[in-house]
Amino acid sequence: MSNTVPGWLTGTLTRAHPLTAAARSITLAIPNWPGNDAGQHVDLRLTSPDGYQAVRSYSIASAGPGEEIELAIDRLPDGEVSPFLVDELELGDTVELRGPLGGWFVWRPEQTQPVQLIAGGSGVVPFMAMARTHASASSSVPMQLLYSLRTPDDAFFRDELSLLSATARTTWHYTRTVPPGWSRTAGRLTAEDLRSDTLSPERAPLTYVCGPTGFVETVSRSLTSLGHAPDTIRTERFGGN
Amino acid sequence: MAVFGGRRRDDNPALPPGQHLTESFPVLSAGPTPSINTEDWEFFIHTETGQTHRWKWDQFLDLPSEDITVDIHCVTSWSKLGTGWRGVSLDTLFAEVETGFDFVMAHSYGGYTTNLPLDEILDGQAWIAYEYDGDGLDPEHGGPARLLVPHLYFWKSAKWVRGLVMQSEDNPGFWEEYGYHVHGDPWREERYA
Repeated sequence: MSNTVPGWLTGTLTRAHPLTAAARSITLAIPNWPGNDAGQHVDLRLTSPDGYQAVRSYSIASAGPGEEIELAIDRLPDGEVSPFLVDELELGDTVELRGPLGGWFVWRPEQTQPVQLIAGGSGVVPFMAMARTHASASSSVPMQLLYSLRTPDDAFFRDELSLLSATARTTWHYTRTVPPGWSRTAGRLTAEDLRSDTLSPERAPLTYVCGPTGFVETVSRSLTSLGHAPDTIRTERFGGN
Repeated sequence: MAVFGGRRRDDNPALPPGQHLTESFPVLSAGPTPSINTEDWEFFIHTETGQTHRWKWDQFLDLPSEDITVDIHCVTSWSKLGTGWRGVSLDTLFAEVETGFDFVMAHSYGGYTTNLPLDEILDGQAWIAYEYDGDGLDPEHGGPARLLVPHLYFWKSAKWVRGLVMQSEDNPGFWEEYGYHVHGDPWREERYA
């Protein structure tokens, strides 16, 4: 596990691109960053000219050694920090970072259990790090992702997930609008969807669920009703605003 | 260069450093929400002599309870001020308990643990809460009952609490093993080890 560096590090924005109309990928170069495990997160701190500071936690979309991390920031309508990161932060600008944080909601290549990832919306971010790590480690452990999102336009990392499907397949699920010609109707993930689209309890998977609280509650309850032991389900929820 | 303005200016003196206000009540937990029937529920305190004090749900509800209005602070940086709870003081639950140990490990249904110094959960500092905002505590917020230790970061307020085990050392609990601070005072920003 990559341990938290004491204090705050400085990260410089080196690359950025839009993920959706409301979200942006930002890559930060951080001298002395110790690397991070897939699924860890980071605290990001902004300081205004008068000294006022705001801190938020973000999952890291990248993993492994190296002094760069990628974050995928979703602009919250009433947010204070996310609109700045999505709409204003410019290449060469700096932010402060503390991390890497968290050692529970992570996947490491030495794990041997089959892995089922279930994302709601921007909850896909830690799973990008896991799927990338799985591919770069040439892991033979089965890993697959069920990605639930409102509309096709809300997808993060669609092209890369398609490429990664050779080693970690993504099943797409839409709750509001489906793409043209899609064989299923839009709607919330049901227990039946989970039964047909996720690794069954017989495969003894470790199942990771990340998304808004209501999504995580519903999915994890359905998983236990399908026969998954509660201690094989790891959850992470979006906190706060 | 983009200049961060910030618009909240949470300069409320009730807000510890690095925290911001939220009106909602976010949820942080490591696994599925356990489903706990109050008919099966019990709360225990286990001491070094092997003695276990136990309360069934009805016995627990018969104990004197208090209305508690407190600020709560999550390590993920949100704070919620003036939250209203009803619960039983740990002073009441410890009234008959004899122990020479100075620390407790709180255990929850579902397997979660968190460690606390005994002198920080007595003297009106901690409760077993079973109502929030006038209603029974929702399972996702820790119902039927959770520990409430508002002067520490909220991961210390173990949801779905089922008992306290006295310990001689301040052995770390679940999140503390994963890098959270062993103590967790928000006013000293004791977030991470």
